[in-house]
Amino acid sequence: MEAVDQAFVSLKHWIVGLFPPVAQPWASILLSITPILIFFPLLFGITTILERKGLGRMQNRLGPNRVGPAGFFQFIADGLKMLTKEDIVPRAADHAVHFIAPFVLLVPVLLAFSVLPYGRNMVPIDIDSGLLFFFAVGSATELSVFMAGWSSCNKYSLLGAMRGIAQMISYELPLVLASLTVVMMVGSLRLTEIVDAQSVPYWPWLPRWHVFTPWGCAGFLLFLVAATAESNRTPFDIPEAESEIIAGYLVEYSGFKYALFFLGEYLGLFAVSSLGITLFLGGWLPPFAFLSFIPSWLWFFVKLLSMIFLFIWIRGTLPRLRTDQLMAFAWKFMLPMTLINIVAAALWHFSRGWEVPFALGLRWLSCAAILVVPYWIFGRAVATRFAKRIYRYAT
Amino acid sequence: MLGSGIAKGMIETARNFVGSYTDESRLVTVEYPEERLPLKEASRNFPFLVYDGEDAAPGLRCVACQICEKECPPQCIYIVKDTAKKPDYLGKMQFQPRVFDIDVSVCMSCQICVEVCPFEAIKMDTEYELSTSDRFDGLLLKKEDLWKSNEYYQKIHPTEATEVDRRLAEEKAKAEAKAKADAEKAKAAADAKKAATATAATPSAPTSPAA
Repeated sequence: MEAVDQAFVSLKHWIVGLFPPVAQPWASILLSITPILIFFPLLFGITTILERKGLGRMQNRLGPNRVGPAGFFQFIADGLKMLTKEDIVPRAADHAVHFIAPFVLLVPVLLAFSVLPYGRNMVPIDIDSGLLFFFAVGSATELSVFMAGWSSCNKYSLLGAMRGIAQMISYELPLVLASLTVVMMVGSLRLTEIVDAQSVPYWPWLPRWHVFTPWGCAGFLLFLVAATAESNRTPFDIPEAESEIIAGYLVEYSGFKYALFFLGEYLGLFAVSSLGITLFLGGWLPPFAFLSFIPSWLWFFVKLLSMIFLFIWIRGTLPRLRTDQLMAFAWKFMLPMTLINIVAAALWHFSRGWEVPFALGLRWLSCAAILVVPYWIFGRAVATRFAKRIYRYAT
Repeated sequence: MLGSGIAKGMIETARNFVGSYTDESRLVTVEYPEERLPLKEASRNFPFLVYDGEDAAPGLRCVACQICEKECPPQCIYIVKDTAKKPDYLGKMQFQPRVFDIDVSVCMSCQICVEVCPFEAIKMDTEYELSTSDRFDGLLLKKEDLWKSNEYYQKIHPTEATEVDRRLAEEKAKAEAKAKADAEKAKAAADAKKAATATAATPSAPTSPAA
């Protein structure tokens, strides 16, 4: 079991050993980067076809079924189409900025993959401030959205970019604050340490994943909503909004650059899902001790696929929000809730030494109460904004 | 409470997702080129010419009267009458169209040609896969492309075709009865004439059938 679990690690060590000592650090870096560069774009392709099939099934359609067995090779056909398409740049566009915008999106997203632990001992760079690094590079994607929108010299692009900036900055805050609770509990920004902190189960049937605590459950849900908004996915796809502003900041992109944007967005989704798994769902840890014969990287992959399915499911269900609803939701619900969640996490932390009967139950109830009551109050306040509009003249 | 609607929606989509795999009746998609729904009997798009019997050219009901050509609102029918009369499927001498073209790129499927035809010769077809690589000659249907048998007509519009066949049979029977009556009348007249001449001249000459 140990051999299978560490197969990739030992393979890498063996290959690095073949190089002369001078070249070994470089070989090690290359061998960390290459699998990420191969695996995640491939997962992107597979996700697109699975997403189209899944969405089709949710709408009682068949989905694509022409290319290959059950249409599975559709993403290869789409990729070839994208590659062979003409790359049109508008005459009025700012050519240089227009050209580099997709790369400005893709490079930070790929950098974010460098600190995520994919399995036991499988983290490309294990830095002390991994979480901070992740958010630092993650927020650079906003620049690319604005570069794309501004340089296209198109009103829809600019509108899309403006919406994108407003949305991504608004939801960056809840995303970071929701993750902050985990940092408070673990006391470290190092992602491997955060995973290790979730390794000892409470009882054999309840793993110590953060999602199984009141603050962790609320934090995970808030993180999920903020992550959906950060990766511009369906209830929050306001920057793209095909039915309103055509495709927002992507209007003037075609061919390979458009494909790069898509790749960047999906890689961002995978990265933020992986972070959610690491912070709240126990990373590469198995849920129960007797399941630990399954390799750690496979557990991570299974969790990643479930997260992707969850995002597809949400996309198949929820309609797009209006911009004012989006902003109200971010500032009047998400932000207060994440702040209260920090208070709940603090209570959980300091009540650790309580010497009263039913201490765990009491801690649970008090933390849950801190979260549920404001949820109810803020929820009512937000729900009035989502209430059915009454029009005076139109019906 | 906030979020209850989201949960409801998520359950609904999950039910659809699972149901589409377990319940065949949910998937209403007809995968067109491989499978197609049967057409409604009332469906129609472009006209065709009906012929009776086995042979198309002599069996055409069309007598090149050119009423449809004149009535056609977008003027998509082009007819050239044959110079000589030819026997039709009943053996009657009739004109036939030498050229009968319909430009289906112009035709608006109004069915007026069918309404005005006194000979039940032009009817609406249900063929809809007419795409072609040549939009001029490919969409200009000649007489040979247009003629289709009465059995085909029976197949695509059974009710209407039966009605047409019944009417045609009735007319044919009426025409035959009239011809018979005419023949008898002529015979009677000839007999009377013969009798008159016989009384004037010598009787006893046996009567020969009237021409």
